[in-house]
Amino acid sequence: MKILVCLKQVPAKDAPVKVASDGANAGKWIRDDVGYETNEPDAYALEEALRQKEAHGGEVVALTVGPARAAQVLREALAKGADRAVHVLGDDLAALDSYAAAEAISRAIAGQGFDLIFTGLQSADFGFGQTGVVLAELLGIPHSTIIMQVEPIAGGVRVKRELEGGFFQFQELPTPAVLTIQSGINKLRYATLMGIKQAKSKPLAQVTAADLGVTPALNRQAIQRLYVPVKTKKTEMLTGAPAQVAGQLAARLKNDLRVI
Amino acid sequence: MADEILVVAESRNQQLAPSTAEVVTAAQKLAADTGAELRLLALEGPAEDLCAALAGFQSAGVLRARHEALAAYSPEAYTQALVQVLSRRQPRYVLFAHSYRTRDFAPRLATRMGRAFISDVTAVRVENGRTIASRPMFEGRLAADTVFLGEPPYFLSVQIGVFRGDQAARAAAPVAISDEAVTPAAGPGKTEAPFQEAKHAVDLTQAAVIVAVGRGIKEAKNLELAQKLAAALGGEIAASRPICDSGWLPMDRQVGSSGQTVAPKLYVAVGVSGAIQHLVGMKGSRAVVAINKDPEAPIFEVADVGAVGDLFEIVPALTAEIEKLRQG
Ligand SMILES: Cc1cc2nc3c(=O)[nH]c(=O)nc-3n(C[C@H](O)[C@H](O)[C@H](O)COP(=O)(O)OP(=O)(O)OC[C@H]3O[C@@H](n4cnc5c(N)ncnc54)[C@H](O)[C@@H]3O)c2cc1C
Ligand SMILES: Nc1ncnc2c1ncn2[C@@H]1O[C@H](COP(=O)(O)O)[C@@H](O)[C@H]1O
Repeated sequence: MKILVCLKQVPAKDAPVKVASDGANAGKWIRDDVGYETNEPDAYALEEALRQKEAHGGEVVALTVGPARAAQVLREALAKGADRAVHVLGDDLAALDSYAAAEAISRAIAGQGFDLIFTGLQSADFGFGQTGVVLAELLGIPHSTIIMQVEPIAGGVRVKRELEGGFFQFQELPTPAVLTIQSGINKLRYATLMGIKQAKSKPLAQVTAADLGVTPALNRQAIQRLYVPVKTKKTEMLTGAPAQVAGQLAARLKNDLRVI
Repeated sequence: MADEILVVAESRNQQLAPSTAEVVTAAQKLAADTGAELRLLALEGPAEDLCAALAGFQSAGVLRARHEALAAYSPEAYTQALVQVLSRRQPRYVLFAHSYRTRDFAPRLATRMGRAFISDVTAVRVENGRTIASRPMFEGRLAADTVFLGEPPYFLSVQIGVFRGDQAARAAAPVAISDEAVTPAAGPGKTEAPFQEAKHAVDLTQAAVIVAVGRGIKEAKNLELAQKLAAALGGEIAASRPICDSGWLPMDRQVGSSGQTVAPKLYVAVGVSGAIQHLVGMKGSRAVVAINKDPEAPIFEVADVGAVGDLFEIVPALTAEIEKLRQG
């Protein structure tokens, strides 16, 4: 099976969240001290693709749409075992909405004949939760979302979808198809030293977004203003030395909440 | 009929999902703000009747799109049926609950119609004729005012738990129900009935005190810290999803939209950031205490008491204090 995995580079979970309050960048995210990582469900999607290949043969191709820094997620994917990688490159690609990102992916893979396309179910930065399904529509192929198990069957796949509140559901669909993968579908592997070495000789193709005609001008939604959410609840905040905070907290648990 | 707001109802087990009432509340407010007429649309199979329940809400009418191919949910049949209805009616807004089902078909529908879909919306307002939707970004650490580029219909999904379903205005007498003819075809593939995994070994819904750990705990071996705190409080240990995904605690200890929904007397969140999918599982707790080193963490929004600092220092000290108080 030939599997494409879409990996997005997103700000690290512990990245500082700061928004410019004035000037030309007012309402924009200040990304100066921000580190980046692979979007979490995408890492699970890659792992699932690698496991499918190890069990049933085939090829795993990693793809990202993003600025030069995003190549890091592809290098990691190659080190973990992807066969080759495609980087859709452009300086302003961090500003794409899910529709434009899906356009970029569909144009970059035109004619490549993937049997399965894996995306994560949601990105940690924009959190649209849409790119995979939009991509399936653009490609005119079926999709299934929030996947917790993948099993090839004749002519297609049998998947386990997560539903709300602890329910699941099995679904069979013909390939080619897009699956959006949920975190926790498998256990992630680490790249080995050997893998990191081998990755250096694996093909990493670059396509410029401009060549594909992809720019933020394709976007169908735009962020007008970004802000740190205003707190509405009156939370009693305890700050100070840890021992002091612990003492105050214990007193509150005893006297007000009466759980001690 | 350009000035129409359509709410697409959602069914669960042949009945109206509770989230539909929440979307109706949001849509009634939008209708009041814009002067647009609100109608409620049900997609249903021949044996279903969501419309009777929908007719109890104040609206300009209920629309019934009934067809064999809609008896079981499929993204393709939903997309086709909605394309047919929307192409005829040309509404300005189409609202859904931000449910797993909406995630599954709404991006396809909006794309087929060449329109934007703004997902997970917490507020909608109209300013100088422009519709502005607020939505969380970066797992709730930021919020974004987002606008539609292009023409209506504007597709929006409303975050579950933001609007109160019990505040949806009721109609004095049931509103009229009319039929919308649709001829969808189910997509390829086969869908089986929903099921639950084997019964939970622990029933967190019965716990009076829960200590929930998040990724701030860093390593499996550090769970002991939280376990000791739980023991001192006579409570159960629970976790955010990433902790269960990593296999550090079994799945049945997970709290949130894909885990258990709990409402203990006391919920202590330790190193949990407070993403919406976690919050929906514990918001009903009588008291919430959060320990987090990030004073801006969204978990503090639902906390009664927030302790800002390093959990590796605060939790052991707190456990010791509690044990002292217990003995004293
Ligand atoms: C469809 C879907 C369903 C989901 N279902 C669920 C669900 O049921 N339950 C669930 O929990 N999640 C669920 N999620 C995931 C959810 O979106 C979040 O990713 C998750 O809840 C984050 O877990 P966390 O708070 O433990 O980790 P993080 O977001 O990484 O937060 C870690 C926190 O620990 C703090 N911290 C770090 N170090 C320290 C320290 N030394 N001392 C004190 N604090 C520290 C940090 O400041 C941070 O706030 C779901 C997501 C999706 C898309
Ligand atoms: N720029 C991108 N490059 C590669 N994959 C992406 C990109 N944007 C989104 N995706 C994929 O689409 C999924 C859902 O993203 P989103 O629709 O932003 O929530 C992600 O988990 C990725 O797998």
